Amino acid sequence: MSGGGVIGGDEAAFAFTAENMERARAIIANYPPGRQQSAVMPLLDLAQRQNGGWLPPAALDHVAAVLDIPPISVYEVATFYTMYNLKPIGKHHVQVCTNLSCWLRGSDEILAACRDELGIGVGETTADRLFTLSEVECLCACVNAPVVQIDDDYYEDLSPETIERVLRALKAGEHPPAGSQIGRRSSEPVDGLTSLTSAPWAKTVPHRVSGGGH
Amino acid sequence: MLRDQDRIFTNVYGYDSPWLDGAQGRGDWDRTKDLVVRGRTWIVDEVRTSGLRGRGGAGFITGIKWSFMPQEVHPQRPHYLVINADEGEPGTCKDREILRHEPHKLIEGCLLAGVGMGAHTAYVYIRGEFFREAEALQRAIDEAYAAGLIGADACRSGWRFDIFIHRGAGAYICGEETALIESIEGKKGQPRLKPPFPANVGLFGCPTTVNNVETIAVVPTILRRGGEWFASLGRPKNAGTKLFNISGHVNNPCTVEEELGIPLKDLIERHAGGVRGGWNNLLAVIPGGSSVPLIPKSVCETVRMDFDSLQSAKTALGTAAVMVMDKSTDVVKAIARLAKFYKHESCGQCTPCREGTGWMWRMMERLVDGRARVEEIDVLKQVTQQVEGHTICALGDAAAWPIQGLINHFRPELERRIEERRRAAEREAA
Repeated sequence: MSGGGVIGGDEAAFAFTAENMERARAIIANYPPGRQQSAVMPLLDLAQRQNGGWLPPAALDHVAAVLDIPPISVYEVATFYTMYNLKPIGKHHVQVCTNLSCWLRGSDEILAACRDELGIGVGETTADRLFTLSEVECLCACVNAPVVQIDDDYYEDLSPETIERVLRALKAGEHPPAGSQIGRRSSEPVDGLTSLTSAPWAKTVPHRVSGGGH
Repeated sequence: MLRDQDRIFTNVYGYDSPWLDGAQGRGDWDRTKDLVVRGRTWIVDEVRTSGLRGRGGAGFITGIKWSFMPQEVHPQRPHYLVINADEGEPGTCKDREILRHEPHKLIEGCLLAGVGMGAHTAYVYIRGEFFREAEALQRAIDEAYAAGLIGADACRSGWRFDIFIHRGAGAYICGEETALIESIEGKKGQPRLKPPFPANVGLFGCPTTVNNVETIAVVPTILRRGGEWFASLGRPKNAGTKLFNISGHVNNPCTVEEELGIPLKDLIERHAGGVRGGWNNLLAVIPGGSSVPLIPKSVCETVRMDFDSLQSAKTALGTAAVMVMDKSTDVVKAIARLAKFYKHESCGQCTPCREGTGWMWRMMERLVDGRARVEEIDVLKQVTQQVEGHTICALGDAAAWPIQGLINHFRPELERRIEERRRAAEREAA
């Protein structure tokens, strides 16, 4: 099954902050009246972000109460999808893609480099609770393989050396630039464009996009 | 080779601004009102004329799919357009580029497709991992609302149109359209039995059409330049341009827009810098994402990249994600990795898939080391056939086909490993 997580952890109380409750109301309004169950996924994401990256049972129950739906409807969703963490997780979630396109370009070495640099195995969290290491399925940035997702960002075109550099920067409290680590803007051929080379389409100066991770 | 003036995604690499000013500079949102007021029938007819086939993998004719939506819109049962941005097929990374670099093409396409099917609301289902891409699309949606391009009176056409993003949370199966609908309804992503089809009973029990990102994002250009223009590109029944993703053992992995029907060899050599170590170092290619059977080098020499040519070669265009494997590849291990993926992603609803994907993966792991008997290759093939076609959705088929492709084209390699291991065991015993 997709998720297969087990609900557990401490019994601490959970409630949305006033600001997040506002956000929750805005999300619920994206769906027709009476269809508030549709908001269960975005609300679980909101709760997880508020709670340091994981969902204790109290958070699941709170989401059920906010949506006025039975708790089991929330539990079913929380255990099905892999991005809901049902146990505590490190500050940074390092997710190494090992599916085919990444594997063909050396994801075994990337995973080994992460293990060595962090000193933990897959599914484990460092003692200082800074990192959790996971092996994940295709992240769909395959022409920029190998790829590692760390928190909300993709690090692409990696080598063992560049992923080590990224992890060391995170340890030092920095936010290393995401995206290609070999200087590509995005998914263009690294040796130069083979299309969009004639005027007026040709562009020489790549545009910086805040959402693109550069 | 496709001329630059016939390319639709002129900002596919994000060298230019993806935001409204940049998009309008590239021709997006140019007199969209004129297209909207021409109305539903004209839009659907023009898309039918274009010959556009769905870009999400199945390749169904888009104009026909839209015509399945009821003609009358019942006030209690609004029509919905749902965009499948749950890109997840291993090897595929085309919708990502549209979401982050050409978001306005998708938004404008949503409006026009919405008019074409009588829908005033679209939900865009984006895979959860695409956080930055969802951010980019939301920013573009906000721009479109602020400029009056969508909203209560979209482009001052009198058509109300709203777009909402719904983020997934890590489940490949939600790329299946009815699982995706379940997920938007706040449930586990388990596919529904069909019929009823979404066009009759879809999201919230209402008429719904689910289209891929790329399918919808090409619609504005088709309507502006005419269905005939799009149909003049590509090959008969395989019209138009397509985003291709070339990954794996090539010198320059990349995404590129090309005409459907481009020879695979041209695609790899012209755009991806050729196979690592030269063309003769090629072992095999998976031409359409992980779900389609691989093809050996001999087939790659001449095959064209379109729906019908690849079907003739006993594989499929799928998402047009080309995964290239050179001669250094352990091809058995490669397919075993895909088998593991399908086992992980099976939703567990249908027994043949839930049990079969695990069984096929374990069998594949044994074949990697030759820990099997030769007859078991046939048993494995039989099991793939028992899964294929016996499940609610196509995930079972998708799990079966890569293994069938391996057995069809690399059976001698499987037998060699079994024989090698047998001999090694004999030597040890002696």
